Amino acid sequence: MSDRILTRMGDGERISMSPDELRQDLSAGTRDAAEAGEIPPLTSDDLEHLYKIFADPNRIVSVSPGEEVITTDDGASGIMVVDQPDGGTALPMGYFNAVLAFERVCCADTAGMGHYDYSCKPIKSIINYEKQRYYMYSQALTIPLMYGTQPNLGLYFQPDGPFPNAAELLPQGKIEEARRAQEEAAEALRKDLVFCAKELYDVGCDGFNFDTSGSAGDADFYATLKAVAELKTIAPDMALEVGMASEFVLGLHGQIEYNGKRLAGMFPHEQIKVVEEAGADIFGPAINVSATESTPWNLARAVTMVKETVAAANIPVHPNVGMGVCGVPMVEVPPIDSVTRASKALVQIGKADGL
Amino acid sequence: MQLTRRMKIDAAKHYVADKLGINVADLCNEDIMQNVRKKFDIGNICAVADGTKGITAKSRIADLLEISINSVNLFKTKLNAPLQ
Repeated sequence: MSDRILTRMGDGERISMSPDELRQDLSAGTRDAAEAGEIPPLTSDDLEHLYKIFADPNRIVSVSPGEEVITTDDGASGIMVVDQPDGGTALPMGYFNAVLAFERVCCADTAGMGHYDYSCKPIKSIINYEKQRYYMYSQALTIPLMYGTQPNLGLYFQPDGPFPNAAELLPQGKIEEARRAQEEAAEALRKDLVFCAKELYDVGCDGFNFDTSGSAGDADFYATLKAVAELKTIAPDMALEVGMASEFVLGLHGQIEYNGKRLAGMFPHEQIKVVEEAGADIFGPAINVSATESTPWNLARAVTMVKETVAAANIPVHPNVGMGVCGVPMVEVPPIDSVTRASKALVQIGKADGL
Repeated sequence: MQLTRRMKIDAAKHYVADKLGINVADLCNEDIMQNVRKKFDIGNICAVADGTKGITAKSRIADLLEISINSVNLFKTKLNAPLQ
């Protein structure tokens, strides 16, 4: 019988590895994370545990009874009704039915909902419709219902928004102009996030998810943190989850600080501290997947960063386990062999509080 | 419990198991939880016509776990508001 172990590349291609090759990739992945984040690599016991997860001949793997965790999401129920760009199946049913099916057929722990155009700027003008939707769904659901949106600072820059585009100013060497534009845009984003979340709070919103925070860099992340801090005072009974866009906060501004800490360059174990200071209740790190490396390499890397983040956290940590993040291949239909291995490793080794 | 009290997973499980009067290991035991949910009338997957669902179930869960749920608070406020 062959000793080759079936696994995948970061782009989803199925490959096979020898036991030695698998061990080498796991070691290389954790070393890469340790060097990038200046954090400890996985221990030899952790690596052996991770090896066994990958060497398991079953297609689907899972945790032992008693190790189960909960899930929160970015409107996952919506995949029943949205189309391909959002990984959806475009079923001819309403979003309300999709959320109920997610609760009662998929047996979800929590449900997420959002606008089809899942960013803050588009929902501001239609907030009344979103309030109506949230209220109706929350009356019918037994599980917690979270409303999610992406801060998406990019929509505030020209031509989509009113502010000069920092991405165009920077190549022209207009550094200070780019910084001012980002600061002004971030303030507008903060106001919109607070406005939308407070409106939803007033119709009973139990949780608000800031999805892909930092997608437009440090100013994007800053606006999210400021919004979280303000919402914790004006909407005290609404849980706030901050999910990141990437493992590393891009320094498009470079000098923005939160409570004296520069945001640019932060890795997850540093991001968690400012997210806690802002007052958030759950943190969702996102560790990037390299499509040209193996899934073992990618997952070892992700688990290394998540383990350090959980160790530094005083609030629950829910790693983002979707295509292209936290060890799941970047492919339209994430393979269940990879998704279950990522989930198992993040829970058993990373000690995640949820996914 | 993670949403309302920022509890880490182990602490959250112990809290809920204690309130339900079961072992932590039974929180994900479908056989046990079916009966627990019937006992406290907090909603089940396989629905009965007059079974507790939605905001009613959430209200009972809030009382059972002694937590504040925003949607439940709003519901109760509206329910108990005096008739003009």
